Amino acid sequence: METKGKFDILRRKLIALFGTLTAALGVFSLRRKLASQENKETEPAPENHESQNGHKPRWGMVIDLDKCTGCGACVVACSVENNMMLGDAQLAEQGRVIRWMYLLPMIEGEYPNIRSRIMPMLCQHCDRPPCVFVCPVSATYKNPEGLVAQIYPRCIGCRYCVNNCPYTIKYFNWGDPEFPQPIPKGFNPDVAVRYKGIVEKCTFCHHRLQIAREKAKAEGREFRPEDYVPACVEACPAKAIYFGDLNDPESEVSKLAHSRRAFRLLEELGTQPKVIYLTEG
Amino acid sequence: MQKHSVVNEERLPEEEELEKDILRPLEQPASKKFWLTCGFLAAVFLFALIAWTNQLINGLKVTGLNAPVFWGVYIVNFVFFIGISHAGTLISSILRIANVEWRRPFTRMAEAVTVFSLPFGALCPIVDMGRPDRVFNVIKHPHLTSPILWDVICISTYLTTSCIYFYLSLIPDIALCRDRLKNVSPFKKWLYRTLSLGWTGTEKQWKILDTVLTVMSVMLFVIVVSVHTNVSFVFAVTYKPGWHTTILPPFFVLGAIFSGIATVIVVMAAIRKYYGLDRWVTDYHFDRIAAFLLALTCFWFYAMFVEHLLTIYLGEPAEMSIILARFFGRFSLMFWVMFSLCFIVPLIVLSVKKWRTIPNLVIVSILINIGMWLERYVIIVPSGINTLLPWGTAKYIPSWVEIAITAGWFSGFILLLMLFSRFFPSITVWEVKEGLHQAAQKTQPVLVSSTAKENA
Repeated sequence: METKGKFDILRRKLIALFGTLTAALGVFSLRRKLASQENKETEPAPENHESQNGHKPRWGMVIDLDKCTGCGACVVACSVENNMMLGDAQLAEQGRVIRWMYLLPMIEGEYPNIRSRIMPMLCQHCDRPPCVFVCPVSATYKNPEGLVAQIYPRCIGCRYCVNNCPYTIKYFNWGDPEFPQPIPKGFNPDVAVRYKGIVEKCTFCHHRLQIAREKAKAEGREFRPEDYVPACVEACPAKAIYFGDLNDPESEVSKLAHSRRAFRLLEELGTQPKVIYLTEG
Repeated sequence: MQKHSVVNEERLPEEEELEKDILRPLEQPASKKFWLTCGFLAAVFLFALIAWTNQLINGLKVTGLNAPVFWGVYIVNFVFFIGISHAGTLISSILRIANVEWRRPFTRMAEAVTVFSLPFGALCPIVDMGRPDRVFNVIKHPHLTSPILWDVICISTYLTTSCIYFYLSLIPDIALCRDRLKNVSPFKKWLYRTLSLGWTGTEKQWKILDTVLTVMSVMLFVIVVSVHTNVSFVFAVTYKPGWHTTILPPFFVLGAIFSGIATVIVVMAAIRKYYGLDRWVTDYHFDRIAAFLLALTCFWFYAMFVEHLLTIYLGEPAEMSIILARFFGRFSLMFWVMFSLCFIVPLIVLSVKKWRTIPNLVIVSILINIGMWLERYVIIVPSGINTLLPWGTAKYIPSWVEIAITAGWFSGFILLLMLFSRFFPSITVWEVKEGLHQAAQKTQPVLVSSTAKENA
């Protein structure tokens, strides 16, 4: 039968095609494997980021609400350090201004017995970050030292991570940021200026960590956790913000984190934030 | 699926009329009104493309979205379009496996609804993305724990499978067009000749088609459940109050089938009226599908009731803020309109036999679809507005860009269905014939013994 012959030819062709494809895939993956092995031989050993006591640092922050005056210096320092958009009244009203650090007003109680307080709010750098789980392209990830970071060139702008952040502390660029003329000249060269359509967040001033490591290396000494100070910590006039290695039991943050006054935001969700607050008085 | 005895038996007198009735719209030139409607829909669609271009140039600031309402109408449309696509598979695969008799005239358009709504559904998240140019990053850098990746896998599988399924069941009918339609344009002749793939209707060909369709029906059944389950996972796995509930996946699948069946009813009623196919899509068929819709209405209420009862019983503040916003707060109007359109109106109209007429059924189906769109809106937006930590004033009003793109996507969907009905038979001719043969067999006493054997 003619149709049967046609089907047979088609079938043979298909088998041949699949065979070729499988073979090509095999050759390709083998080549890649070999290539990666070659690279391994020539690549230098990965840099060891262990501190003196031989453990990997786990960066964390402690904010003492008793000391915090709510002056907003941290917000300004953060914005300047990280080349943040200026924003205006209209953008603020639309909820489109980006501030990696801001002051969150918390109002407790009903009208006559009302009590308000202010909490400096920033990315909590969770140990179980909900934003990382849901990113479809691994554009947001937790690095070995516990910093939750965002890869701008990879982000597709689906805003899933922002939706899943219980603290709503990741930001989406609704449009390109606009800067009046002199400002771009004063940009921090260590931080990329973000553009429309991507998500951004506080990095714990990760660039400062890199600079501190390089500086220590250039000076021929060990890197000390004290060398790494984020902009908000540096700027706080009341010295209410502490920063350091939570894995080091001797560090100040470690001790404060275990104090009786310590609490973490929305702790019950199990996100294990690395920003620890100390309650007021 | 029943054996195809169509080839061997003598033609029934009805067959001739069936073919004539169904092929008539393909032969006759369309009226001016038809083309005017098409032109209008195409214009709306083109305007949507212009609006999208505007959004691509300026970024998502042209939409009404903001922090903390990061997802809005686009994602509502996404869930809605993927939802109505479920009807096709349900009718043509599940009801085909179960051999439900009244499905026969609906299968073709049900599958068409699936195939034409899916691309628009899949486009919605791409429109919603800040960087649609990087969409292939999902394949280049896949992150396996992300429900969005699961969605990409599920929906692309669903789209491919349902397209193949749709085309395969079209082949015998395309061959019929090729053989019977002589007075059509050379383009149509070429189209039918190419797409029929040399189908001659031999027993062997029928056997192959039968096997493939049966196997694919089962596959599609699994895929269809997985697709809307995964769509709901996007919401259900998050920390957002109102989204994080275990009832969401089955509720989404149910809602999808509910709105899908309603869509098929509207499409089929329009085709029946416009092309005068009353003889083949009878009042009986509509009565059956209306009963099915009524059952789905009741199931929908059940899921809704369970979801809200359990949340209210515990009264957890974050969850309650969503419920209060839906029941009495800023979304109360939308919520209660939705509830009336999805439950109260269909329940009353469909359960009274006297009111279950076809015009009523069409109106109810349209209302159900509006209601289901609103249902997705009151699931998605309130959870965006009510954050876990205090937030100043959060609001969301869709901008003209979002409305234009929504209108454009709906127009595009209707336009594709209209054009399809002009090029291919809107009723699965071979499946209806099969039904006719089975009916004829049952009435002929000579064949009783063989039918009995078949049943045993």
